[in-house]
Amino acid sequence: MLYPRIIPCLLVHNRGLVKTVKFRDPKYVGDPINAVKIFNEKEVDELIVVDIDASSKNHEPDYKMIENLAVECRMPFCYGGGIKNVEQALHIFSLGVEKIAISSLAIENPLIVTEIARHVGNQSVVVVLDVRKKAPGGKYEIWTYNGTKNTGINPVEFAVEMEKRGAGEIVLNSIDHDGVMKGYDLNIIGKVRDAVNIPMTVLGGAGSIEDICKVITQHGIIGAAAGSLFVFKGKYRAVLISYPNKIEKEALIKNCFLRPEPSLTHKKLF
Amino acid sequence: MITIIDYGLGNIRAFVNVYERLNIKIRIAHNPSDMKDATKIILPGVGAFDQAMSQLNRSGMREELEKQVLINKIPVIGICVGMQMLTNSSDEGNLPGLGWIDGRVRLFDASKIPYKTRLPHMGWNTIDPVSNCPLLDGFNNESRFYFLHSYYFECDDSDMVIANTTYGITYASAVSRDNIFGIQFHPEKSHINGIQLLHNFAKL
Repeated sequence: MLYPRIIPCLLVHNRGLVKTVKFRDPKYVGDPINAVKIFNEKEVDELIVVDIDASSKNHEPDYKMIENLAVECRMPFCYGGGIKNVEQALHIFSLGVEKIAISSLAIENPLIVTEIARHVGNQSVVVVLDVRKKAPGGKYEIWTYNGTKNTGINPVEFAVEMEKRGAGEIVLNSIDHDGVMKGYDLNIIGKVRDAVNIPMTVLGGAGSIEDICKVITQHGIIGAAAGSLFVFKGKYRAVLISYPNKIEKEALIKNCFLRPEPSLTHKKLF
Repeated sequence: MITIIDYGLGNIRAFVNVYERLNIKIRIAHNPSDMKDATKIILPGVGAFDQAMSQLNRSGMREELEKQVLINKIPVIGICVGMQMLTNSSDEGNLPGLGWIDGRVRLFDASKIPYKTRLPHMGWNTIDPVSNCPLLDGFNNESRFYFLHSYYFECDDSDMVIANTTYGITYASAVSRDNIFGIQFHPEKSHINGIQLLHNFAKL
């Protein structure tokens, strides 16, 4: 049986690991390599690491850091941040990274997705959509450069285009829900999930295992990613890396799959 | 010494790390002479079938690889596309495979896959061992590994299948014939189970 994926997502800022709230106020939470070592021991399904300085400050990706992380990871490793062209993408791939995440690059030059996929295979090209809702009840738009630039692009339409161009996976990240820990934005997740057939991972808002369970119950085979949930503990947000152990994860997934479907739209999935 | 073939594809470093952790010596082969005293051979692979075959052909190591595997009977394991290369041909390309285990590489029939996400088959899935092959010592039908592929190995002789996996259809996720082994999943990215499998291979 294929399992849904539960994925820690780590942010790198000034060479340290940080966690943001609504893409602001990065709080230092530790050393990236140490975190990977802990996540190895916890046998996480996959790991996403995003360098939030590289694109916004127009830096090259930090190849040495990426290589150090890739060497350490005993799970599939997805890197994002600062990738500007095919050559950089291929170089990162050669360092032992399984998946390459791009965001502003795909939006500014959608054709490059096809180009990168041709070299490394569709399965290794991940497109990250950072979305924000204009106002309560308003429309969703894709933002780039750490949520500072509104592209005005509709995320559902863009996800469909990315699938056509050869992306192997969509990571849908809610800026409004980032670090808030009150649950995923299930509304936009449902819209994008319905529109594309490639694997999808959702990020932004998970505050409890129950939040992860909700999204898996609704969508089945999906990647449920989280930052704060796996690096903070308690209401004072003490830094403590955690992740469900094998038994907890098994129970969580069984529980999700046995629940009555809350949404008729997704009933056919199981 | 365990020797991993570097023909430009596959996450070589990840295998090296696993064996270093197990205190087992491993060598990376860049040319035929690096393979002369191999006791085990790992043939990794990612990406497309034709690209993998043509890079292996161009690497200059194919002849020595065939000599070690077919004449000297050195155990070899093909991983992911490396497994697919063991067979005769692939729906994904036009080049012939190594032809060591009869069969063909097929594209999954997406209409048979009961999930919204159809291809690639990506994530953690279970294997169901169907023989007592020592490569799969310690695993049962709840053992999970990381998969990432859209094509699968269709084996002509079911006696050569050592484990199946189900994704829409049930297909061969591990095969073996004499000293030749192939696995579709990625042990180098499958945590403890992957380390165990690579350890099993080292002990064969």
